[in-house]
Amino acid sequence: MAKYLLLKHYRGGPAALNDVPMDQWTPGEVSDHIQFMRDWAARLEGTGEFVDGQALSPEGTFVRYDGEGRPPVTDGPFAETKDLIAGWMIIDVESYERALEVAGELSAAPGAGGKPIHEWLELRPFLAEPPTITE
Amino acid sequence: MDEALLRALTPTVIAILGRRGADFAAAEDAVQDALLEAVRVWPDDPPRDPRGWLVTAAWRKFLDAVRADTSRRHREVRVDSEPAPGPAGAVDDTLQLYFLCAHPSLTPASAVALTLRAVGGLTTRQIAQAYLVPEATMAQRISRAKRTVSEVRFDRPGDVATVLRVLYLVFNEGYSGDVDLAAEAIRLTRRLAAAIPHEEVAGLLALMLLHHARRPARTGADGGLVPLAEQDRGRWDTRLIAEGVDVLQAALARDRLGEFQAQAAVAALHADARTAAETDWVQIVEWYDELVRLTGSPVARLNRAVAVGEADGPRAGLAALAALDPNLPRYTAVAAYLHERDGDPVTAARLYAEAARSAPNLAERDHLTRRAARLNLDIRRRGAVRPGPAGSGTG
Repeated sequence: MAKYLLLKHYRGGPAALNDVPMDQWTPGEVSDHIQFMRDWAARLEGTGEFVDGQALSPEGTFVRYDGEGRPPVTDGPFAETKDLIAGWMIIDVESYERALEVAGELSAAPGAGGKPIHEWLELRPFLAEPPTITE
Repeated sequence: MDEALLRALTPTVIAILGRRGADFAAAEDAVQDALLEAVRVWPDDPPRDPRGWLVTAAWRKFLDAVRADTSRRHREVRVDSEPAPGPAGAVDDTLQLYFLCAHPSLTPASAVALTLRAVGGLTTRQIAQAYLVPEATMAQRISRAKRTVSEVRFDRPGDVATVLRVLYLVFNEGYSGDVDLAAEAIRLTRRLAAAIPHEEVAGLLALMLLHHARRPARTGADGGLVPLAEQDRGRWDTRLIAEGVDVLQAALARDRLGEFQAQAAVAALHADARTAAETDWVQIVEWYDELVRLTGSPVARLNRAVAVGEADGPRAGLAALAALDPNLPRYTAVAAYLHERDGDPVTAARLYAEAARSAPNLAERDHLTRRAARLNLDIRRRGAVRPGPAGSGTG
């Protein structure tokens, strides 16, 4: 099994095919979209492949160490940040091919006009534990 | 609380419930419930007859479940509350469980989870922790696996190779947290080896023992991986090595070579060398030739190239490597190592850094990064960047 992080981007990825901002959808379309995401996660729970998932606020803060005895420095949020992550899911699947399949299903979530968004999702493999037998 | 005893009794009790008429899925659930109760009750009130206690508790759980299920469906209970002994299976019942849990209709991860629960007697929570997934996810994986095998008839031995692949996975993969998966794999393989005289079961057991023997030396004080050549061989477990070699020799004497025996033979040759310099690489190359012949595995070919590099020199190793697909996992790491041995630190450092970027796990990435860093430091200290030998610029 291999774990993958699925990243949804507010921006930073290539544009979706059905790229209409969510506030331009009908309320019903928004509800359908949310329900689709829930059903997707529930299906993966049922197959024993779901690990975790969370949505993230678009506003974030940058923090860094500023030397001994001083409080950390904060900065941002930066309006110009190109890459903005909207949320993430972790899946634990049999193969890369299965990860692609699952991500493809999520990308079909309905948007404006009830049509699939064709949203680009970023798929990142976890660095696993080292195997015992390597020679 | 004797957890080892509980685990050892698990498949036996599942088999007893099976003989009394419970199907596998129900029997397995009932025994898991009984295990959880034992964990709760035994510390304060240890039973005189643990096995009898477990059978009674599991049978009661099974009847409760059947009754609950039946009242839901408004049907008659078909199972007597007084158990009949039932006919004994043609093959050892525990052995049957191994085959069922490794059934080819299951995905490898499902087979691993089901084996650890039904044969290994681990709880769902322990298995979930070992594979770093939520307990609910692991519970679903196990119940789906049980549904998948529910149609499988329980009276014929399966293919032992499928069981060995599952046990190999348990040994080789997974996060060793609360439960020591390597030790668990060895225990289950030992039990299988005791149940059936099969040369490849023995081969796998030997392979596990010989690798487990090195475990204390595999990790440095900083938690990093220590490669075989740099391990403190005084920390290898000589008792496990002796046992592994014995098991392997008995298996090889049956004269039916298989991939696990060949891999174990390589491990035994490493174990036999008091220092890395004393390693019999010529024989190791011959075993890799056997392994390539048996499996055709590209990983075996890659490992063979490393061995050729040690037996016949790094140029020969690089020549063997050149015949392989550069997209193989660890290809670049092997190329880096062979170039380092060939006295070309510049190329080696570049390839180590490249290999680190595509390393499949953190420990290997850190190890490769350190090697690149060390070579780069040496190169800087020598003051001038010396170009590598002609023709060795790439892997």
